[in-house]
Amino acid sequence: MQDKPSAIELVEAVANFIREHAMPQLQGHTAFHARVAANALDIIKRELEVAPAAEKQERERLATLLGHDGALEELNRELCGKIETGELTLDTLALGEHLWATTLTKLAIDQPNYSGYRRALKEWQESW
Amino acid sequence: MAAGSENIAPQLAEVARTRISGATGATGLKRLSGGASQETWAFSATTGNGEIPLILRRAPGGESSKRDTAVMLETEAILIGLAEKAGVPVPPVRHVLLPADDLGHGFIMDRVEGETIARKILRDDEFASARPVMAAQCGEILARLHKIDRARLPELRVSPGASEVEQYWHTYKAHGHPHPVFELAFRWLRDNAPQNTELTLVHGDFRHGNLMIGPKGVRAVLDWELAHIGDPMEDLGWICVNSWRFGNIDNPVGGFGKREDMFAAYEAAGGGKVDPARVKFWEVLGSLKWGVMCTTMYEGFRHDGSVERATIGRRSSETEIDLLRLLAPRE
Repeated sequence: MQDKPSAIELVEAVANFIREHAMPQLQGHTAFHARVAANALDIIKRELEVAPAAEKQERERLATLLGHDGALEELNRELCGKIETGELTLDTLALGEHLWATTLTKLAIDQPNYSGYRRALKEWQESW
Repeated sequence: MAAGSENIAPQLAEVARTRISGATGATGLKRLSGGASQETWAFSATTGNGEIPLILRRAPGGESSKRDTAVMLETEAILIGLAEKAGVPVPPVRHVLLPADDLGHGFIMDRVEGETIARKILRDDEFASARPVMAAQCGEILARLHKIDRARLPELRVSPGASEVEQYWHTYKAHGHPHPVFELAFRWLRDNAPQNTELTLVHGDFRHGNLMIGPKGVRAVLDWELAHIGDPMEDLGWICVNSWRFGNIDNPVGGFGKREDMFAAYEAAGGGKVDPARVKFWEVLGSLKWGVMCTTMYEGFRHDGSVERATIGRRSSETEIDLLRLLAPRE
């Protein structure tokens, strides 16, 4: 166990430093790339917050779909193969549910402001 | 050996003097950003009564290194000429570079003023009267473009739906990372690829960034390097990909218009019957294409460590949610 601050707090502090202190002193391309760097730190922060629990659930869903447990990447490769050959289709309701859950997690980490994600969340809320 | 990127001013002045009618030289040379596979330079030809604003499009360093999907600049110049005759708004080509010009492969065209940045086009007051008419303009432009007689076209890559799918399948497989949603989309595209459709000239990259927009709408269609022979519905589907709506998700055509307006104008301009199912096929393939292209940014990132490329790699998931909304909508 590491000491305080946590990794999440550290990465948040660095992103804030870039935005509030470094960027105002920068211009042109350098300012643009500093903004991109701060956004990348935001991705890391959200991944640290969300991924541990989400990947555990993803692996459980994959184990159910495929009938056995394994490493996350290997299970994903096997799933890809079964979709490619048509062995698994959207007729298997659990496949659609798995792909939706996994993709919503990806967007929650990568781009939570993306229009397609915002709309998908709204559609989900309305369908309940 | 053609002049490299740093010192083309003397050659360009000579080309202007000898090839552009009335010109005495060149001034204001400036490398424009954007267009990774081609160099684009802005400059003006000086004349006895003012300046002619021009663009030089040139192979990087003047040397042609043809990507398998991109057309040669000489071919691009021919296509722009044919499009102009067909009534498509384009910047007229003034001169195709010759070996004696010592600038390598490329051409010089008029510089059309306007805006290509989507966020400005979709937001700024300057384009408020353009936005409502642009979907219809796009339909009309595409109809004219697709009607160009195939017999008059230069040699071009022929790539109907099925072969476009396979091309991106290879890119995806070469990347190697597993994307179950991409697999689902590839499977759907293979099962739904249009068969035996009539093939026409297709622009291949008809979207924001390649459309020069003014206060009254589309002023010019730019960047013809991905032109090929394909399904005309490809161009109608590509501009509807959510990635090009820049947040305006309810305006499928480029974030500014409705599909119905584009389709009606396309048919009214003699483009033939629009097949919405085929347009959807191309929208799905378009989302997937952009998603696969985002993943390839990772390869570039591993070479140069660019944070910008790295974060574009993390944008492939945007297309996955779009693909799910298209292929597995929540009822």
